[in-house]
Amino acid sequence: MHPAIQGLLTIVIGVSGCVGYFYFSNQFLDKVLFPARGPNAGRNINRANMIRPWLFLFPALAALGLYLAYPVYETLRLSLTERIPGGGYQWAGADNYVQMVAEPKFWEAMRNNMLWLIVVPALSTGFGLLVAQLTDRIRWGNVAKSLIFMPMAISFVGASVIWKLVYDTRPAEQDQIGILNAVYIFFGGTDPQTWLTIPFWNNFFLMVVLVWIQTGFAMVILSAALRGIPEETIEAAILDGANPFQIFFRIKVPQIKTTILVVWTTITITVLKVFDIVFAMTNGQWETQVLANYMYDKLFRANDWGVGSASAMVIMVLVTPILIWNVRNARKEMR
Amino acid sequence: MTDLKLTSVAKTYGSVDVLKDINLDISGGELIVFVGPSGCGKSTLLRMIAGLESISGGTLEIDDTVMNDVPPAQRGIAMVFQSYALYPHMTVRDNMAFALKIAKQPKDEVDKAVERAARILQLEPFLDRLPKALSGGQRQRVAIGRAIVRDPKVYLFDEPLSNLDAALRVATRIEIARLKEAMPDSTMIYVTHDQVEAMTLASRIVVLANKGIAQVGTPLELYETPDNEFVAQFIGSPAMNLLPGTITETGETTTVALDAGGTAVSAIPTGPEDKGKSVNVGVRPEDLYTANGTYLLQGKVDFTEALGEVTLLYFENEADNDAMIAKLPGVQKNLRGETVAMSADPEKVHLFHNGLSLRK
Repeated sequence: MHPAIQGLLTIVIGVSGCVGYFYFSNQFLDKVLFPARGPNAGRNINRANMIRPWLFLFPALAALGLYLAYPVYETLRLSLTERIPGGGYQWAGADNYVQMVAEPKFWEAMRNNMLWLIVVPALSTGFGLLVAQLTDRIRWGNVAKSLIFMPMAISFVGASVIWKLVYDTRPAEQDQIGILNAVYIFFGGTDPQTWLTIPFWNNFFLMVVLVWIQTGFAMVILSAALRGIPEETIEAAILDGANPFQIFFRIKVPQIKTTILVVWTTITITVLKVFDIVFAMTNGQWETQVLANYMYDKLFRANDWGVGSASAMVIMVLVTPILIWNVRNARKEMR
Repeated sequence: MTDLKLTSVAKTYGSVDVLKDINLDISGGELIVFVGPSGCGKSTLLRMIAGLESISGGTLEIDDTVMNDVPPAQRGIAMVFQSYALYPHMTVRDNMAFALKIAKQPKDEVDKAVERAARILQLEPFLDRLPKALSGGQRQRVAIGRAIVRDPKVYLFDEPLSNLDAALRVATRIEIARLKEAMPDSTMIYVTHDQVEAMTLASRIVVLANKGIAQVGTPLELYETPDNEFVAQFIGSPAMNLLPGTITETGETTTVALDAGGTAVSAIPTGPEDKGKSVNVGVRPEDLYTANGTYLLQGKVDFTEALGEVTLLYFENEADNDAMIAKLPGVQKNLRGETVAMSADPEKVHLFHNGLSLRK
């Protein structure tokens, strides 16, 4: 069958399946299970209405359970087992965790993750706020905003490829196509540097990529928040004699504090899960390992499912509290 | 005591004139009220005085110093906004202290000023609350307090009562009047669209219309001797009736033959050259009374509104003009559908030619 027809067929079956599910399950509830007639009509209507929400929730709950809840359970189980050479698993208790904690590469990943955690959300939110404020009143502000937002449309891997070109190194006698080396040579550097192999600092070269992407996100949200500040409070501050910096830091920023927190924590969660950028640019070499890439290494390269799952659990444990806090903040702001 | 002087002040947005040729002398200690229909530019004029809008032409002087290009904070003004404009993240105390802290005043002086303002406005129990924990009236008092602590030369109020409910509006209005009495030296400019606020608070009212000033005067001057039809109809409620007619007799008093058939006698003197002029006769609904013999206005009562203290009569009118209205004291029954003749004292009859009063 032609793939296009196949695709079309899938869509038709999928959509009509959804519609059919909602239609027939409700029909079944109203006509067969609790019909609104006979001596118990009133009671039946009440019961049907109690069940109906669950009919609508069921598909979502089932999908979430299958693709989110079950994998968490399975990962936890795998992290407590080990492979028997030749096939099969056996209970290993905390052995995987003990092994992982003993590995220097794991602690390197933890350290780097913490670095990412501090630097990227701070810089992204800071730049986002700065751009949002600076572009607020100028005529070409929206053009500038669109340009800054554009990296959001690029995948992490795509962005990594772009930035690999920025950091590219050619032998000394050739022209440098990497803009960083070109600038470096122009300002008197002698030898072109292989930027991504300089330990410790290369972490920051990787972080730049994520900051570049996330600044647009922070800017859009914070710009909307800044616009939501009542104009009169700013005019009142002008009359009170505040200068532009005082207005920004003492009137505007405090009023959008919750939004800043939500943006910060949202970026934090993205950072904790960062994988693609490191995978595509250094693959964790030269001391740039992060937890997600460490997990991928163990799980799919070393085929050590136990330690891989254990590191996945570590990531989840780190993300969960921030996630809960983030959801709470977002809800508080909505109210 | 601070004088404020506007000399041919104008405001344009691009090619659109919003205000032009505004000339106004405000002397120290006055409470000036700007009134006018919506969109007449009264808030714009206030914001130009505050420095929140640029002045497109003319000069603004405060105490003989030209203020056109002086930053708002250095003009010695404080403004109370319609929406209160309190800083939502600061307590009442911090809201009031903000301007002084920005000005780097010593802490004990700041505290003293805040406490003084809080005492005047009875805000002492709320000093450590956030604005969201206050009622509308309390918020407005904080906004006023924020102005008081700065001890400004000129207070600017931009429709400060329009976000309050009716009862609170009356109470806060009285509070503002008291505040003014307690600070007789401070100059206040107050913008409102509410006639009652204007009439009760103002030492002088400035009526703005058609991009300029229609008339300036004390509340009763505007009510008793309006310069033009606009002011005549804008001040007073219901609005003054206008009846077209032609002057037939001139002299110490003027007699007008009305197009609708009645005769009006006005105490406004006219010269022989005025004879035959077509004029509008203006008479307030409350100045009309039922007449026998010669009448000014006669018509069938189309509709009545009994308010208890007064009864409003709406007369049937053939043309497309606004209905003539009479306001009779007390309760008047069974007038609907009747033909009634009304008259008014000559002192209460106004004459307008081409929109302007014939009173010299």
